[in-house]
Amino acid sequence: MSEQHRPVGLAMAHLWVAFLTFLLAAVLGLYQVAVRAGVVPQWDEGYYISVSAHGNIMGFVLTTFFIVGFGYYTANTSLKRKVWAPGLAWTGWLMMMAGVLLVVFALITRQATVLYTFYPPLTAHWTYYVGAALLVVGSFLWCVIMIVMFGQWKKDNPGKPVPLAMYGTTANAILWLWTATGVALEVVFQLIPLAFGWVDTIDVGLARTLFSWTLHPIVYFWLIPAYIAMYVFVPQAAGGRLFSDEMGRVAFIMLLVFGLPIGFHHLYVDPFQSDGYKLFHAAGTFMVAVPTLFTGFTVMAGLEIAGRLHGGKGLFGWIKALPWEKPMVLAGGLALLMLTAGGFGGVVNASYAMNTMVHNTMWVPAHFHLIFGGTVVIMYFAISYYLWPKMTGRALFSAGMARKQLWLWTIGMLIVTIPWHWLGLLGVPRRTAWVPYDHPLVEQWTSSQYIMVFGAILLVLSALLFIINLLMTHMNSAREDNREVEYAEPIHPVLNISKSLNGFAIWNWILLVYMVAAFAYPILQFWMLSGQDVMAWGW
Amino acid sequence: MHIDVLEKRWMWLVGLMVVIMLGTIFYTALANAVHPPSNVETIDSTRLHLSEEFAEDKLGVETMADGSVRVTMVAARYGIFPQHIEVPLKTPVTFRIATPDVLHGLHIPFSNMDTMVIPGFVSEVTTQFQFEGEQPMFCNEYCGLGHHYMWSRVKVVAK
Repeated sequence: MSEQHRPVGLAMAHLWVAFLTFLLAAVLGLYQVAVRAGVVPQWDEGYYISVSAHGNIMGFVLTTFFIVGFGYYTANTSLKRKVWAPGLAWTGWLMMMAGVLLVVFALITRQATVLYTFYPPLTAHWTYYVGAALLVVGSFLWCVIMIVMFGQWKKDNPGKPVPLAMYGTTANAILWLWTATGVALEVVFQLIPLAFGWVDTIDVGLARTLFSWTLHPIVYFWLIPAYIAMYVFVPQAAGGRLFSDEMGRVAFIMLLVFGLPIGFHHLYVDPFQSDGYKLFHAAGTFMVAVPTLFTGFTVMAGLEIAGRLHGGKGLFGWIKALPWEKPMVLAGGLALLMLTAGGFGGVVNASYAMNTMVHNTMWVPAHFHLIFGGTVVIMYFAISYYLWPKMTGRALFSAGMARKQLWLWTIGMLIVTIPWHWLGLLGVPRRTAWVPYDHPLVEQWTSSQYIMVFGAILLVLSALLFIINLLMTHMNSAREDNREVEYAEPIHPVLNISKSLNGFAIWNWILLVYMVAAFAYPILQFWMLSGQDVMAWGW
Repeated sequence: MHIDVLEKRWMWLVGLMVVIMLGTIFYTALANAVHPPSNVETIDSTRLHLSEEFAEDKLGVETMADGSVRVTMVAARYGIFPQHIEVPLKTPVTFRIATPDVLHGLHIPFSNMDTMVIPGFVSEVTTQFQFEGEQPMFCNEYCGLGHHYMWSRVKVVAK
């Protein structure tokens, strides 16, 4: 596959939108903690607009654009074939951009201060919901292209295992189609009609149930590219092998099947779902920890092989022997560290009864900033450091700066999230503009509120270093000679692959049955209840 | 499919962890009836002020015949009513809460009195307070630009 067939322009168009908006969202994050701590003038509306924008960019724009751009490049380089229907791909990009612009318009004209979670019966301007819908539909075109390319390759290579990176990417495309359907139903049939005034009322219980369908698996949509990098790039960069190709496939399948029907752990303390269904979703929530634990094992095992090949001895000597100077290896190690810490907080959130102690407190953002802001985003950084030279043909501007940036990001994230866990246990509600409460308990919060500002400053510095490094790479005069994207080889080459580990048909059927069991009655019940519909509200 | 012996051991360990965690959750839920608020009960949120239960003069703390306590509250932008309540220590207290407007969440720190309050639905939580003294009750779900002004006081007193 020669370099001129690489979808560099397509990938770059997506990745730069992702990272430029990311920089803006990082600055907004700093503003939010500063307002909360009272070190900049209090402005209630400014804070909630900022929270809405920060969530929208980090959760929807950074992620979707990165995943789509990275997906095209992965499909092209792992399958060694041209991106199918590039016109369709660019149409998707245009739709996503139009969606982003509509959302930005709604936010900056102060017509959508409803947070990225929508929160009906608060009702924003219609541009907000139509923008969100366009972003999702545009990304669906990417899903179609990934699935078609996966199918084409299989047809041309009968019986051969699809490269793991593409298997994971296709799993993610299928996951996203399933995942986004919940929120799409909410937006199309409830929020857009309400925003236009076509209907007068909304069933908030139904809206929240549909949103919960999306709200959990969306984090696996964000996470899977990070896991792909952990399977195929981290062991390769460390000079080792992938411990098991097949376990990677199993992990992606489990994320798909168990990631979806578990959204009710976001609704544990919502009164409109019964405890039986909540318990059912709780069980699935613990099952979805399994693929993450498998991934951790496989990645660590791959790193250990690399460390021993580098001459590391003894129980822990291999850790020292790893080539930590490589951004990919360093990011992989730091990501696993934050994943472990964030996973612990997640187990508490997921615990059916314990959850009530921390529900909607600062504990929750502490958890997801470690998993998403930490693990996922740091792998997005590492992937970019790896791919930018491959895409531009110019050497990375500075590996030293990249290492400093990754450390800054990790330290900043820990400084922000450790106090948040503590604040959560002290009952501090999340998403409050500042703390006007005249109560002695508040005194215990003060020191932590200042510490988080310091952490956020480090995070903004880190985000800046990241952007500068990529920009300078575009202008670097030093050439990158090795343009091949190298995927780690498994220790045991996959010679015979069962159909179920090389496709998704059977898993889609299992997922369908599981989704019907988990969501059919909880959704249909709203038509059996009566009197719960409410009118639209402003804020 | 090739599965390494180390992988097999790790799978058993992961399986054991999941069994222990879920076992604990199912035991507390099924044997001790520990559940989050899940009463699935609708109410016309535009007519709270006219309802039997949530009219203004019906709000507050009431001791039932069996010694348990019932607290009836309304969460509305931007306050929790009544603003001050007093409940007994280590006694079953059942909160019944509704809202006439938008989403809210009510939480008393260091307790499992934590529930979403959803327009169109009634939230019901039963708990026992373990510590004496005054605690704040916060709105912990974004409900509008004055969300952070929304709180009240709960005093837990020895019987």
